[in-house]
Amino acid sequence: MLLKDEVEMLRRVPLFSGVAPAKLKLLAFTSDRVSYKAGQTLFRQGDPADAAYVILTGAADILSDSPSGEIKVAEIEHDSIVGEIAILCDVSRTATVRANSALEALRISKEHFLKLLSDYPEMTIEIMRVLADRLSHTTTELSEARSKQKQAAK
Amino acid sequence: MEKSLTRYIWSNTRLQQIWILLVVAVSMIPYFLSFDLPKQIVNGPIQGTGFETPGATQTFMRIQYDVPYFGEVLFFDGLELTRFQMLMALSLVFLFLVVINGLFKLYINTYKGRLGERMLRRIRFELIDRVLRFPPANFKRVKSAEIATMIKDEVEPMGGFTGDAFVQPALLGGQALTALIFIIMQNFWLGMIAAAIVAVQGVVIPRMRKRLIDLGRQRQLTARELSGRVGEIVDGIGTIHGHDTSNYERADIAARLGLIFSIRYDLYQWKFLVKFINNFLAQVTPFLFYSIGGYLALQGRLDIGQLVAVINAYKDLPGPLKELIDWDQARQDVQVKYAQVVEQFNVDRLVDPQIQALVPEPVDPLQHSINAVNLTLLDDTGAPLIEHVSLEIKPGETVAIVGTSGSGGEALAEGFARLIWPEQGRITIDGKDILDLPESITGRRIAYASSDTYFFHGTLRDNLLYSLKHAPLTKVEYEGKSAAQYKWNINEARRAGNPELDLNSDWVDYVSAGVTGPHDLFTVVRPVLDAVLMSQDILDMALRSTVNTAAHSGLTDRIVELRQALRKRLKKEDLEDLVVPLKLDAYNPQATVGENLLFGTMKRPMMTNRKLAAHPYFRSILRETDLHLDLYAMGLEIAANAVELFQDLPPDHPFFQQLTFMTADDIPHYQQLLQKLEGRGFDDASQDERSSIIRLSFSYVEPRHRFGLLTDELMAKIVDARARFHNNMPDELKAVIERYDPERYTAAATLMDNVLFGRVGFTQVDGSSVYASSCARFSTGCNFMKTFSPSGWILMSALAASA
Repeated sequence: MLLKDEVEMLRRVPLFSGVAPAKLKLLAFTSDRVSYKAGQTLFRQGDPADAAYVILTGAADILSDSPSGEIKVAEIEHDSIVGEIAILCDVSRTATVRANSALEALRISKEHFLKLLSDYPEMTIEIMRVLADRLSHTTTELSEARSKQKQAAK
Repeated sequence: MEKSLTRYIWSNTRLQQIWILLVVAVSMIPYFLSFDLPKQIVNGPIQGTGFETPGATQTFMRIQYDVPYFGEVLFFDGLELTRFQMLMALSLVFLFLVVINGLFKLYINTYKGRLGERMLRRIRFELIDRVLRFPPANFKRVKSAEIATMIKDEVEPMGGFTGDAFVQPALLGGQALTALIFIIMQNFWLGMIAAAIVAVQGVVIPRMRKRLIDLGRQRQLTARELSGRVGEIVDGIGTIHGHDTSNYERADIAARLGLIFSIRYDLYQWKFLVKFINNFLAQVTPFLFYSIGGYLALQGRLDIGQLVAVINAYKDLPGPLKELIDWDQARQDVQVKYAQVVEQFNVDRLVDPQIQALVPEPVDPLQHSINAVNLTLLDDTGAPLIEHVSLEIKPGETVAIVGTSGSGGEALAEGFARLIWPEQGRITIDGKDILDLPESITGRRIAYASSDTYFFHGTLRDNLLYSLKHAPLTKVEYEGKSAAQYKWNINEARRAGNPELDLNSDWVDYVSAGVTGPHDLFTVVRPVLDAVLMSQDILDMALRSTVNTAAHSGLTDRIVELRQALRKRLKKEDLEDLVVPLKLDAYNPQATVGENLLFGTMKRPMMTNRKLAAHPYFRSILRETDLHLDLYAMGLEIAANAVELFQDLPPDHPFFQQLTFMTADDIPHYQQLLQKLEGRGFDDASQDERSSIIRLSFSYVEPRHRFGLLTDELMAKIVDARARFHNNMPDELKAVIERYDPERYTAAATLMDNVLFGRVGFTQVDGSSVYASSCARFSTGCNFMKTFSPSGWILMSALAASA
C-alpha cells in the first residue's frame, strides 16, 4: 500500500476527515507502517501509551481484563483509530487490542501526533469536535441508562 | 639514578666508548696519509721531480722498516713505474684512501648513532621502570603529561650526545693540543700568548654560559609545565565548558607562552653574545701575533720565517677549539636536562625491584589473617583518614565495613590494596608487612574494585583478562625470519638494559582462573559477566562490531552455520517474513536501491558511496542498462515528494527524523533544483545536478517510504545491473567491494548483518516490541545467538577483534 492510498484511508477516519490531504500525507509519511498476524497484540492493557494506531486493513478485538479473564468489549475494523485517547490524556492503556485477522496499521507516535496538533489548529479543532461528539453521545447514553435504572427501581 | 650524565654514560657504555676511541685513532692514519698524498702527486709525476730523464722510473710502494735489534727489514720490494704509471698509481691510492676514509666515517657515525639510540632506550626504560615503582603518594604531585614529556622529549638529546660524549673531546682536544704544541715549538713566547688566550676562552666562556644553563633549565621547566597544563585542559574540558572558564584558560596559556617566549628570547640573545665574544677572542690571537710578533721581527728579535710558521700553525687551532667549546655547551645543556629529569625520578621510598619480581608460578591463596595494627592513613593534605585502627580478618571471613562515603571504609580498603601507604602502624599478613610482600602475592590475592577504575586502551578481551597477565607463560617458537628478528630483538634489549620478556607469549594465567586454556576460558568469564549484568551489553556490542577475520577464521565459519540455522529456526516458528534474505538473483525490497545495486559491502574508508558513484566502471554499468535514466526519474519523484511534504516545516521540526535521504537544509536546494529541471530531460541537467538527484534514489526503500516508485520491471533491471556490475568488476574495485555470499562470511559487515544475512522488514513487528526495525534486529538476533552458541565464546572472540 502506498502513501497516497494511506492518505485516502486516513481521510475516511472521522478524526482526520476534515484535515487537508497534504497534512495527512505528512502524517502518513512520518508514521510507521506495521503489520500483524492474527493473534498478535498491538498493545496490552496497562502498557504506557506511546502511539495511536489507524487500522488500514483487517480487524482487531478490543479486550478488557476482568477477574474472570479477558472480555471482548468491541471489535474495530479498517478506517478506525485506536489508542488515541490514552496518548491525549497521558494514561496507560485501558484495554488490550489484538488482531483477529491479518492486520495492517499505521502507527502514529505520541510525539508526532501531539506535534501535528500543535502545528495545525484545524486538526485540533477537528479532534475536539469528534471528542465532544463522543462525550455528548456518552452523556446521552448515560442519562438514558440512569432513567432506565430509576424506572426499574420504581 | 646517577646524577652526572657523563658518569652515567661512561658506566653503561665503557667498552663501546673505548672501542670507538680506538677506531677513531686508527682512522687518523689514512686521514693523515691522504693529506700528504696531493703534495706527492703534484711534486712527483705532474711537476716531474725524480723523472728528469725520459724513461726514468721510480719505486712505488717499497715497504721497508728499520726494526730495532734486527736491522732493516724489507716487506715489499716495490714496483718500478714510469712517470705516467706513477701518476695513475698515486691517483688510485688517493681514491683508495678517499674510500677508506669514507668507510671509517660511515662506521664511526653508525656506531655512535647506535650507541646513542641504545642509550636513549636505556634511559627511557629506566625512567618508566621507576614510574612503575613510584610510591602511590608521588602520583598525586606529578601530572601524567609532564612525566610523558620528560620521558619522550626531554631525554631525547641525551641519545644524540652519548656517541660524542668521549670521542669528540678526545679528538678535538688532541687536534687543538697538537696545533698549540706546534706553535710553542716554533716560538715559545708566541705560543704562550696563544695558550693564554685559549685559557681566557676556557675561563670566560664557561662563566658566561652559566647564565645560559640557568635559562636552559627555566626553559625546560616552563615547557614541561606547559605540557602539564595542556594535559589538564584536555582532561578537564568538560569542567571548562561547564563553567565558562575557557577565557581564563586562554589567559593562563597566553601568560605561560609569554614567559616561555621571554626566557627563550633571553637565551637567544645570550647565546649570540657568547658567540660574539668567543669569536672575538679567537680573532684577537692573530692580532697579537701580527702586532707583537711583527714588532719583535722589526726589532730583529724574531725570525720572520718563524713568525710566518706560527701564523700558519695558528690556522689549525680555532676550528677544533670552537667545536670543542660547542661540544662543551651541548654537554652542559644535556647535563642540565638530565639532572632535571633525574631530580623528578629520584624519589624516596621507591618500591624495591624484588617486590615486583617476575613470578610465573601460580600463587596459593592466603592462609593467614590480614591484620591492621594501629593503622593511621593520611590523605594528600596530611589530614587523617583513619587513625589507630586495629583489626584482624581471618581466612574465609566475610567482613563489610559500613559507613558513609569518606568515613574511612574506602581508606581502609585502599590501605589493604596498597594504594595508600600507612603513616603509622602497618598492615600485615602472617606477621609480614604487606609493603614488603612481593606484588605477586598481594596483586594476585588481594583485589580492590574502587569506584574509579581504569580501562586500558585495547580490546575488551584484553581488559577483561588484564588481571591474569602476570608473566609470560608460554615459550613462543619462532622460525625462519621471525626467529632471526626475535634473536636480534632480545640482543638489543639486553644491550640497552631492557628486560627480555616476550610480549607475544601468552600472558594469561589460565590455571589461576581455574581453566585449562583459551578454549574454555568462557566458562569462568560468563558467570562473572552475568553476575555484573553485562552479558547482554557485551552480546549487543559484539553484534554491532566487525570481526577480524584473519585472527578468527574458525569463528566466521561458525557464523555462516549460524546464519543457516537461524533461517531454519525462523521458518519453524513461522517468522520467515521477519527477515528478508539477500539473494543474488532477487531484489530485496527491504534494502535500499543502492544496497540492491551494490549487493556487497564497501571497505571503508578506501571506498565510499561518493567514490563509487564517481567511478567510471560503475557509471558505465548504469549507462549500459539505461538505469541512470530510471534512477534519475526516481530521484526527481523522491525530491518532489520530500519537498511537498516538508517545505512548510521549520528545520528543527521532529518530523525531519523520518527523512532519511536528505536533511532539512537540503530542502530549499532541492526545491530550486526541481523548479529548474521541471520539464527538461536528463540531458539538460548538469553533472552535479544529475548526481544530486540520482543520489536520492539510492536510499529509497519502498516499504518504508511508500512513494510507489519501484515496479517489477525496474527491480528486475536493478538486479540485472547488479549482475553486470559484479561480472566484470575491475580488480581495483574487487579489492574494496566484497560481494554478499550466502556461503561466506562478509568481513566488512557487522557480525549481526552476517548472522541475519538479510534485512528485517520495516513493517514487521513482533507484539509490543514495535518500535522500528533496529530493536527487532538486535533482540531477535541476540536471542537466537544465545540459543545457538551455548558456549558463547565465539562472541567473546569476536570482541577481541573489535577494539
